[in-house]
Amino acid sequence: MQLGDYLPIAVMGLLALIFGGASYVLSGLLAPRKPTPEKLQPYECGIVPEYEPPQRFPVQFYLIAVIFIAFDIEVIFMYPWAVRMRDLGMFGFALMGSFMVMLIVPLIYIIREGVLDWAPRRRHSRDELIARYRAEHEAAAREEAA
Amino acid sequence: MDWVDYLIRSVVAVVVFAAILGTCTLLVWFERRGAAWMQVRVGPNKAGPFGLLQTVADAVKLLTKEVFVPDSADPLVYRIAPLLSLLPAFLALTIVPFGPGFHIGDRYVPMQIADLNIGILWLLCMSSIAVYGYILAGWSSGSKYPLLGAVRQSAQVISYELVMSLAIIPVVIWAGTLSTSGIVEAQSRYHWYVVPLIVPAIAFFVSGIAETNRPPFDLVEAESELVAGAITEYGGVRFMMFFLAEYTNIITISAITTTLFLGGWNGPILFGTIAGWSVVPLWGLFWFLLKTGVLLFVFIWVRVSLPRLRYDQLMTFGWKIMIGVNVAVVLAVSFVIALMEQGALPMFWAPPGR
Repeated sequence: MQLGDYLPIAVMGLLALIFGGASYVLSGLLAPRKPTPEKLQPYECGIVPEYEPPQRFPVQFYLIAVIFIAFDIEVIFMYPWAVRMRDLGMFGFALMGSFMVMLIVPLIYIIREGVLDWAPRRRHSRDELIARYRAEHEAAAREEAA
Repeated sequence: MDWVDYLIRSVVAVVVFAAILGTCTLLVWFERRGAAWMQVRVGPNKAGPFGLLQTVADAVKLLTKEVFVPDSADPLVYRIAPLLSLLPAFLALTIVPFGPGFHIGDRYVPMQIADLNIGILWLLCMSSIAVYGYILAGWSSGSKYPLLGAVRQSAQVISYELVMSLAIIPVVIWAGTLSTSGIVEAQSRYHWYVVPLIVPAIAFFVSGIAETNRPPFDLVEAESELVAGAITEYGGVRFMMFFLAEYTNIITISAITTTLFLGGWNGPILFGTIAGWSVVPLWGLFWFLLKTGVLLFVFIWVRVSLPRLRYDQLMTFGWKIMIGVNVAVVLAVSFVIALMEQGALPMFWAPPGR
C-alpha cells in the first residue's frame, strides 16, 4: 500500500471536475443571458419576497449536531476494534461491551431529556383525547335528543 | 507497481466514469418510465424508442437554459457548490469491486479503481463530505427555502451517517478487514453476509435511502413545504450537476450494499472458459450488475410505493430505533464471533483461511 494507490482516485475526481467544467463552459456558450431585476429576485411563488431568510432556527438542529460529533467519534473508535475482533475474542467483547454501555446510557439520557423530541410535547395521551372526544360527542348527542 | 499499472487503473477509472454516466441516463429514464408503469400512466415515450432518449433530451434542454446568479446569492460559492456535490459522489464509487481481476499477458487488470486497505473508511469519508455541496448551495442562495432545506438535510444526513457506520461494523467484524475486495472475497460463492447479518443489511440500505434524500426520506425537497429544498434557486446546468450527483449517489449505495451484504461479484456460477480464456471476470461482472440492478429497482419501487415521512418521525426512527437496534446487533455479532473463536460454536460463514 502506497500513495500511488490513490492516483486512480485522483483521475476519477479530475474526470468529474472536467465533466462539470465542460458542462459549465458549454452552457455558457449555448445558453441565453437576459437578466431582469425580477428574475434576479430570490424565489417566492411568483410574488415579490417580503421576508429575509430566517435568522433563528429550532435549537434541535444545533443539539443534533453536537450529539452527532460525540456519537460519530465513538463509532469510528469501534472500527480498529472491529478489524481485530476475531483475534481479541472474549476479551475484545468484554471491552467493547463496556464501551457500548457508555454509548447507550447517554443515548437513553438524551432521549429521556427530550432532546430528540421534534414535535411539541403532548399534554394528553392518545387514549385520553379519544375518551374526551367521545364524552363531548355523547353529551352533544344527548342534548340534541332532549 | 510501475507506471503501466497506474495507467491500467486510470483507464479503468475512465471506463467506470463513462459507465456511470450511461447508467445515470438509463436510471433517470427508468425512474420516470417505471414509475409511470407502476402508476398505470404512459410516461415519457416520445424521444427515441420507449422514450429511452428522454434523459438526453433533458440534458440538452438544461444545457441551453439560462443560468444566472440571484441578487441575494454569494456568487462564488453559489457557482462551485454543484461541483462540490458532484465530486464526492464519484469519489465514493472508486472503492467498489465490480468483478474479479484478470490478467492480460503478465499484467493484472483489476475491475476496481482503487483497492484501498481502508476502503470502508474512504466510503464513510466521502459520504460525510457529500453534505457540503448541499449546505453551501442552500446557504449561498441567500433565500429562505434553500436555507431551511440545507439545514434539514445536514441534520438528516449526519443522523443516518451514524446508522450507516454502525451497520457496517458487523461486516467488518465478520470479514476482519476494511478492504472492500477483501470483504467480497470473504463472501466466497454464496456465503453472502445478508444471511447472518440481515438486520444490518436492511439498516444499511434504509440509511442509504435516507443519505441520498430519496423518498420516503426526501424531506429536504418536500415540494409542498420547501419548493425544492437546497436547490430551489438553481437552474440549467447547475441543477443538472445536482441531479447527476443524486443519481450517482443512488448507484453508489446500491453498489456498496451489493459489495458488503450481497456478496459483490460472487454468484452461483463462476467458471468456464471460451477459447482458452477464463470467463470468470464476465460472470463476476454479470452477478454484480444483476444484484446492483435489483437494488436500483428497489430504490424506485420504494419511491413509488411509500408516502413521505414527517420530520419528527424521521428523527425518531433514526436515533431511537435504528441506532438502538444496530448497537444491539454489533454486540450480539461480536459475542457470537468470540464464541466461535473459542470453539464454543461451530465456525460458519467464515472468511477463507479460517
